[in-house]
Amino acid sequence: MPYVQMPKLSDTMTEGTLVKWLKQEGDKVEISEVLAEVETDKATMEMEAFDEGTLKIYTPQGGTVPVGTAIAFIAGDGEEAPAAPEASPPQPAPTAATPSPEPAPQESPFTPAEPAAATTPPPLPAAPTPSVPTSSGGPLRASPVALKLAAAQGVDLSAIAGSGPGGRIVKNDVLAYLAGGAAPAPVAAPAQAPATQATPAPAPVQPAPRTIPAPRQPASSGDQRIPLTGMRATVAERLLASKTQIPHFYLHLEIDAAPLMTLRKQLNTPAEADETGNTNKYTVNDFVLKAAVAAAVAVPEANASFEGDAIVRYASVNLSVAIALEEGLVTPVIRDAQNLNLLQISQQVKDLAAKARNKRLSPDTFSGGTLTTSNLGAYGIESFDAIINPPQAAILSIGAIVKKPVLSADGNVVPGLRMDIGMSCDHRVIDGAIGARYLSELKKILEAPAMMLV
Amino acid sequence: MPYDLIVIGGGPAGYVGAIRAAQLGKKVACVEMDRAGGTCLNWGCIPTKALLKNAGHYRFLRDQAAAFGFSFDNLSYDWSKVIKRSRKVSDRLASGVEFLFKKNKIDYIRGKGTLLGGGKVGVEGNDGADAVHEASAILVATGCTARELPFLPFDGTKVISSREAMVLEKQPSSMVVIGAGAIGAEFADFYHTFGTQVTVIEMLDRLLPVEDTEISQALATSFQKRGMQLLTGHQTTAADVSGDSVKLTVEPAAGGPPQTVEADVCLVAVGVQPILPGGSENLALTDRGYLQIDARYQTSLPGVYAAGDIIGPPWLAHVASFEAIHCIDGLYVEGHTPKKIEFFPGCTYCHPEVASVGLTEQACKEQGLDYTVGKFPFQASGRALAAGEPEGFVKLIYGKEFGQLLGAHIIGGEATELIAEMGLAITMEATHEELENTIHAHPTLSEAIHEASTAAFGEAIHL
Repeated sequence: MPYVQMPKLSDTMTEGTLVKWLKQEGDKVEISEVLAEVETDKATMEMEAFDEGTLKIYTPQGGTVPVGTAIAFIAGDGEEAPAAPEASPPQPAPTAATPSPEPAPQESPFTPAEPAAATTPPPLPAAPTPSVPTSSGGPLRASPVALKLAAAQGVDLSAIAGSGPGGRIVKNDVLAYLAGGAAPAPVAAPAQAPATQATPAPAPVQPAPRTIPAPRQPASSGDQRIPLTGMRATVAERLLASKTQIPHFYLHLEIDAAPLMTLRKQLNTPAEADETGNTNKYTVNDFVLKAAVAAAVAVPEANASFEGDAIVRYASVNLSVAIALEEGLVTPVIRDAQNLNLLQISQQVKDLAAKARNKRLSPDTFSGGTLTTSNLGAYGIESFDAIINPPQAAILSIGAIVKKPVLSADGNVVPGLRMDIGMSCDHRVIDGAIGARYLSELKKILEAPAMMLV
Repeated sequence: MPYDLIVIGGGPAGYVGAIRAAQLGKKVACVEMDRAGGTCLNWGCIPTKALLKNAGHYRFLRDQAAAFGFSFDNLSYDWSKVIKRSRKVSDRLASGVEFLFKKNKIDYIRGKGTLLGGGKVGVEGNDGADAVHEASAILVATGCTARELPFLPFDGTKVISSREAMVLEKQPSSMVVIGAGAIGAEFADFYHTFGTQVTVIEMLDRLLPVEDTEISQALATSFQKRGMQLLTGHQTTAADVSGDSVKLTVEPAAGGPPQTVEADVCLVAVGVQPILPGGSENLALTDRGYLQIDARYQTSLPGVYAAGDIIGPPWLAHVASFEAIHCIDGLYVEGHTPKKIEFFPGCTYCHPEVASVGLTEQACKEQGLDYTVGKFPFQASGRALAAGEPEGFVKLIYGKEFGQLLGAHIIGGEATELIAEMGLAITMEATHEELENTIHAHPTLSEAIHEASTAAFGEAIHL
């Protein structure tokens, strides 16, 4: 399959931007050589060649095209690349869940109907299937654990691109595939960028700006127009859908943070460097996350989703943690958080934040969250309401710890440390009483924080 | 002409990074204030292994020679020659690194490097001459130095770090070792073997706290049987160094009456601290004071990279070299995505040797993994008995679901050599089937690995 198509790199990806061609037109490329960097809605990833030969580029650097669009051609020996991609149906990318045996013979609105060049293109199968390393294509390279995992889960390894040396498939590749494939995404998105539909010129597909419907205001000089990155567009789409489609309601509860601060100080002061390097500095947020998980275990009704004809109550607490980045917002997931202790949660959050900042979060890190937390305490925000991260049913909004006068048990005004925690709930799943129970459970845990250590 | 790369520090991160960059055609300089090879070659891994080899021979001659049928009178040793041999090994390897610099056309600059900003490195030359060099990229690999206890500062004679412990002119008649990590355990073993009365104090409840609990227990039993005094779960709270000896106040960490431990010399081996080069005030540090780096080993200052001990634990030479190679390849090899360490072997060269890679059983428990354990004692290994080293065992931990090797823990003769196979198995994501289908030569110690593997699934032949 000498066409190189925009790969589907995550289950919410509908289009990708060619950040950079690492190979130039006319370059000889080899299998598994990195061709280009592609920005998905979540991360920047490297795209490798599945064929060897001479590269012909259709989509210029900076171009944004839908998943499955032919973006280049790798011509084998004696083969000539068509000047423009042949009309071909959008392909399920190699990582798509189920490559259909007979793709519908519809024409892609994104590719010109006629090949421009007069030369006869090499015979192509009308509906090429995703590249499958067969017995003739050399041995399938996969680790023993990956093989067993794939066999146990009924996964076809040939549909997976390996991340190990030389494209070797390792356990994590299979896990990522399973996480991504769990929710089958539509194979090809309906026409989303009408602009390209109207340009049947036999030229390479032009970058199509992704647009989110919004009223416009006449621009005045000096105003900046910043095209949406994949990440910003995803944030815009998902949060607009959430706020307009989910009946939100909001609860707030004030928490006595004094015991928490005392405990945190105790935990952070010894900081004796042992040889494992296991000294960890805990943040306030680490405790809130741990408590949020524990409360979700105690009140499982809050760890749920609305699914149209049913409410799904999750067995695991997969905690999405909102992390602000310069170019947007990501919510990587701490999986099976109910099995993690405070230290493990703290370390995972640090790890996720570092990876997010370097744009090195793998797509599977984003899927499967069941509850989200957002913390603006570091900015001094005392109280706020967050928008639910669908398909979840609740999000916690955590404010700053504030020193303020409080009434002591004997009625005196004394200095206290208080923290506001808000909870935005999807009323289709969580009723007021459930939300209130969840928040009061959270309060109970946070006000006796030592219990989180046992 | 400016350099492509200046490396500050010539240890296992620095010299390896410098050579790697030179191999990639870069013009490289390496600034080192002590000797090429860093702590590892000069004051760490290598000279201590030379000392421990001496100890091993001595122990054999003293304790086992008779059983092997040798007899002699007046077994004695020359302490200064023990030390000298160790230094000679270091010298030879350090000059080997200098040779590699020459071979790879790396400018070896002797002096103390300082970050001046804007790609400039100031060097306070060991020959008294100062200079400023310029490069498009800088790799900081300045490493760590022994950490002292606030109430017990190093004085180089009575209160010493590992650096002095490997060159003591006179063998002390008694020594107290604070810290039972790899360094503490190795020196305790070395001095005790040569007849120094040794007490080991460790704040945590066991020797080698990073290792699997069973390994720690086996080592403690071995040390105690040989007459070492172990005070695990004890904290040193005060010290008196006014007299000829060192008097330490030691309290049980769990609370209880204090006791006094007195010795000629106190070796403090409680960990290390970073050696930040001059000019690093502008660099972001981790909460423990190490240089903070991103996924490509870049510090907060663009163009300034860091690798090795200076970016934090684990403080191991082989980890430092791995990091340096990945940092340099990330810089100069197009399309290379640097990796961070994941699995790495840990080795302690005391007697019996301890080596491990992957997860301990405690870690498996904490992570809630479903696992199974296979053990095989060297007591049942033909080769170990023939060699007169029946002490210790192999412990392998497998995930139950797919039989994936999760951790390997070995205590006994040649443990540190045996661990390499286990490292490969974990990196390759091998399962017990690959291990069992690999024929292990007979008779070798490595058969114990094979047997432990079958034992994990209840199929050991020789148990």
